[in-house]
Amino acid sequence: MRRLVVGLGLLLISFNGFAEFSGNVAIEAITFPEPAKFENQFDRNLTMSFQPKWDGEWNDGDDLWSAELFMRADNKDSQREHADIRELLWLHLDGDNEWRVGVNTMFWGVTESQHLVDVINQIDGVEGIDGEDKLGQPMIHLKRYQDWGVLDFLVLPGFRERTFRGEEGRPRLPLVVDTDQAEYESSAGQQHIDYALRFSQTYNDLDLGVSWFDGTSREPLLLPGDSDGEPVLIPFYEQMTQIGVDAQLLYLDWIWRLELIHREANSSDRDAFVVGFEYTFFGVFDSLSDIGAIAEFSHDNRPEELRDVFDRDLFLGARFALNDAQSTEVLAGFLVDVDKYSRSFRIEASRRVGQSWKATLELQTFAHIDPEDSLVAFEDDDYVLVDLAYFF
Amino acid sequence: MPDLKTAALLLLMTLSLSAHSQDGEQRGLEIALAAKAYDHGFTDFTANMIMTLKNKAGKTSTRLIRIRTLEVEGDGDKTLSIFDEPADVKGTAMLTYTHGLKPDDQWLYLPALKRVKRISSRNKSGPFMGSTFAFEDLGSQEVEKYSYNYLRDEPCGDWTCHVVERFPAYEHSGYTRQVVWIDSEAYRIVRAEYFDRKKALLKTLIAGDFEQFLGHYWRPASMNMENHQTGKSTLLEWTDYQFKTGLSERDFRSQSLKRIK
Repeated sequence: MRRLVVGLGLLLISFNGFAEFSGNVAIEAITFPEPAKFENQFDRNLTMSFQPKWDGEWNDGDDLWSAELFMRADNKDSQREHADIRELLWLHLDGDNEWRVGVNTMFWGVTESQHLVDVINQIDGVEGIDGEDKLGQPMIHLKRYQDWGVLDFLVLPGFRERTFRGEEGRPRLPLVVDTDQAEYESSAGQQHIDYALRFSQTYNDLDLGVSWFDGTSREPLLLPGDSDGEPVLIPFYEQMTQIGVDAQLLYLDWIWRLELIHREANSSDRDAFVVGFEYTFFGVFDSLSDIGAIAEFSHDNRPEELRDVFDRDLFLGARFALNDAQSTEVLAGFLVDVDKYSRSFRIEASRRVGQSWKATLELQTFAHIDPEDSLVAFEDDDYVLVDLAYFF
Repeated sequence: MPDLKTAALLLLMTLSLSAHSQDGEQRGLEIALAAKAYDHGFTDFTANMIMTLKNKAGKTSTRLIRIRTLEVEGDGDKTLSIFDEPADVKGTAMLTYTHGLKPDDQWLYLPALKRVKRISSRNKSGPFMGSTFAFEDLGSQEVEKYSYNYLRDEPCGDWTCHVVERFPAYEHSGYTRQVVWIDSEAYRIVRAEYFDRKKALLKTLIAGDFEQFLGHYWRPASMNMENHQTGKSTLLEWTDYQFKTGLSERDFRSQSLKRIK
């Protein structure tokens, strides 16, 4: 994989005459004040990432291509050291049709705390714990504009397995996930072809999306297994069918958001939703700053042992936008389980430094985690992360 | 009876003043309508914008933004702004459907998340990209957005200008009023003064280096907005103006933001 990425990179650099080159290189430092819960986990780590991007067009802009790679070097967690093709795409515009063929990353949905309807791309689990880093997905994608809405048709050949942190990684689950032993419900395994459809339309201040997915679930069940006599978790990828709805309504200084899904799979069916709002106070205290107050409630009816963090949880957040020349932004979020009272708190702050640098600070705490809660493995993993990126 | 005489004179003056201000309202509106009519029919344009932010200490930072605008009959323009610099926001695109009194529709494409986000446009007074230009200063200037009061004519450089007061009629403006110097020949705004919610002078805009396109439409190559209260200023330098480039509604769809280059 790595050799492929480097080779591809060199090929693309040689194409630079037709292409625009951009991207970023970043250094990330993380420190955990508390001793690690599991053996071999690090207390501090320093890693680097490189994300180059090329793009170009021909045919008067009716055809475009783009490529984006992501690489992380990590001396301590061998699983987190990885490379991925986030994008390698040919885009053809044909009137009201847009064709995309290749590898792409896309985003569906509207809510802040959780992304239920967004099931096209696999999560790059070794990156952030918020699930917002995603692996590139091979696809043939037709987007068709109609007067009554936009239709997306997707054929997804080639499955991407979720990445998990290694034994040294932190935070991680109590047992290491052995991705080499991944199993599939479908006999086609990674070659299973998945399909997805989406309808979306804007009705004045209401945005509505309805989506359907049929294929291999991006979210594996983690089954007990062993590797050379050591207990491990083995990812098992089921087949699933999911229908999802996402809606967003703008009303005065409010934005109301809803995502809901119904998922059918062998292990269990799942109905889940997240609903909430963001209310923005513009120009607070006679300044140019805006403050957004966010509240979202999530519910999931899966059996206890299959649930993730969001079973019945309340997310309360505040977004500060200073609207200054450095684009300073702070997002603070507080997640509380309404049944077990487990709490976690997170701050993400970012600011441009000079013309080409960006500094990001991330602070995460886990407090009063109930032993029954899936977050319990992370209870000693409060951390501070600083990321400094140079953009070109 | 000098007191009575004074009172009568005062009454007369008041009457003539109020009559004058009604005339002023009418005359101000006529100028706004004439300005809109003059610019009507540009269809679409593209341009590059270099935005230089300067703080009180004189330190500068630069943004490069490509602008595409489509004229919409019977409504405000549609504008797409694509950011090339600073590098950390490269590829970010902002799409705005401007409207008259109704809040604009606005979307932001965030390339890092590959996500198109609908955003609230109600805060007209918010700064654009940390500059001294507010969103409401850069949006399309629809006639119904203001009520008007014509003040006077006076020379402005080589031209003669109408000096007109404008009072925002839309919600959430940062201003109580603006005073605009607009030339009487081709309706070019050469200067504007902005008064904040406390009615104090907040900002002054000076536009210059006007160029004419298609033998008719005038655009300034430079616009400098100085904030008198913070000491900050922002210079917009416009280059590569092209009109009637063949842009269509298709190029201004919120979902197409993902394909903007």
